Amino acid sequence: MDTYSFLRELADSWVLLLLTIFYLGTIVWAFRPKSRATHDEIAQIPLRNDTLPCQNNCPDCICKTAFQFKLEERE
Amino acid sequence: MIDYIKLIALGIIVLVAALAANFARDLAYQVHALLILGLSFGMFIWVLRGIDEPRPEVDTSGYMDGVIRAGVVATGIWGVVGFLVGVVIAFQLAFPALNFDWGQPYTNFGRLRPLHTSAVIFAFGGNALIMSSFYIVQRTCGARLWGGNLAWFVFWGYNLFIVLAATGYLLGATQSKEYAEPEWYVDLWLTIVWVAYLAVYLGTIFIRKERHIYVANWFLLSFIVTVAMLHIVNNISIPVSVWGSKSVQLFSGVQDAMTQWWYGHNAVGFFLTAGFLGMMYYFVPKQAGRPVYSYKLSIIHFWALIFLYIWAGPHHLHYTALPDWASTLGMVFSIILWMPSWGGMINGLMTLQGAWDKLRTDPIIRMMVVSLAFYGMSTFEGPMMSIRAVNSLSHYTDWTIGHVHSGALGWNGMITFGALYFLTPKLWGRAQMYSMSAINWHFWLATIGIVLYAASMWVSGIMEGLMWREVDAQGFLVNSFADTVSAKFPMYVVRALGGVLYLAGGVIMVWNMWMTIRGGARAHAPVGVPAE
Repeated sequence: MDTYSFLRELADSWVLLLLTIFYLGTIVWAFRPKSRATHDEIAQIPLRNDTLPCQNNCPDCICKTAFQFKLEERE
Repeated sequence: MIDYIKLIALGIIVLVAALAANFARDLAYQVHALLILGLSFGMFIWVLRGIDEPRPEVDTSGYMDGVIRAGVVATGIWGVVGFLVGVVIAFQLAFPALNFDWGQPYTNFGRLRPLHTSAVIFAFGGNALIMSSFYIVQRTCGARLWGGNLAWFVFWGYNLFIVLAATGYLLGATQSKEYAEPEWYVDLWLTIVWVAYLAVYLGTIFIRKERHIYVANWFLLSFIVTVAMLHIVNNISIPVSVWGSKSVQLFSGVQDAMTQWWYGHNAVGFFLTAGFLGMMYYFVPKQAGRPVYSYKLSIIHFWALIFLYIWAGPHHLHYTALPDWASTLGMVFSIILWMPSWGGMINGLMTLQGAWDKLRTDPIIRMMVVSLAFYGMSTFEGPMMSIRAVNSLSHYTDWTIGHVHSGALGWNGMITFGALYFLTPKLWGRAQMYSMSAINWHFWLATIGIVLYAASMWVSGIMEGLMWREVDAQGFLVNSFADTVSAKFPMYVVRALGGVLYLAGGVIMVWNMWMTIRGGARAHAPVGVPAE
């Protein structure tokens, strides 16, 4: 079978199926249970960080612990 | 050490550019070679004078906003240039005498038209996307731009690409692919710049301090990745000579046409839609002071757009040598696209839920809302025009031009104006724009301009389509082509006047930005608040 026919058949069978499942999967994933809290949290991102937050890379960083605490709190 | 490498590299570039200018086979190539020669020679001297000098410390304790400020200025200037060329060619269509004899061949419609489209899409839109994506990615990642001065390379490199493209069109270098006119060496340069852009963007996402990647970044990243892919595939060509601008496309016939419109439509889908949606998903919530209406909907919006848009290109080639199955595929996917597009529009508009009063008091929000309304209108009109039966009436007529402009002026233009009005005071540390009433003026001039433009093109396009297909009882065509041209004259004048209004709005914006940057804010009551 020549390359064109092979690719053509692959494209409109398995690849089409895989892409469709992936696409439907993203919708199912978006509606998974308990995703609301995560999404509400992500949606707040633009409303913070108006100035650069602590990058936790200065030698005498004191906010490292606070940052990790905040992450745990969010989870 | 790095300075010595820079000097050697710049020296080589100067030498090659000088050779290229000498051996050049055409004017455009020669002018470009001289331009590169001058630029790299200037940079050589600059690096040489600064060699072994102590470098000023760069303050990395905050966001990298210098390059964004440059991008804001470039966006404003290119916008006015692009609108101005658009007005000129609109009047050339209405009054062909404006193709002045003394300016031939440089200022005829055929050369100015790609200058207009590239200036508004790539210069105005591209600078808007680059600068706002740099702004958004830093704020939504809580991290400074990755790569240091690489972001400056992206800015200057991209603007050099625009200068090369624009001068090339005027001097006659074009590969005759719509929205991809620049010749091979300009395409190669853009590829390098674009890879640097992707590196800066991805690098910043990698070092982010936020756990999640906000949806605006998804849209902007898809815009960068897809445009890279489209650009490379559509520009596969073999130069006739390395010392000349002419090149020959690798594909031919209908394959070339399909590749071109796969590129062309996805340039609309990922440059003018996905990229600007990234801006929308950040600036609308930011200006409204509320999170986006539904984050779930934004995820579905994103993936639906990614999966559907890439197939829609064949609708540009109805009734051509393209196989029927391909154009049907393009038509079906275009129609399916309507739903996610409207989902996105509703998501943006509903973000204002509970803050609708801002529509009355905040001219910037008003601009963003109108841009979303135009997004909805043009994403309804587009699928409709992609239906084969409708396309048989609309294609090759002014209806298409009207459709493109309701999307470009309405959606892309208005959301960019909103972003510029949001960013200018923020980036230069002002409380607000210099004049709120000037924003209001801009809003109304632009809106009325678009309405005149779109309405005249609808009338003209449908009339043209009907005249072309009109046959008499014996089956002969009733109208000659010239009949349709003379019938369109009044609509062309109205269209050009709409363009003048839109341009006037742009000039007011640039003046307003200039005054904001130059000085402090003028104390002003918000517009539209009723007297108490």
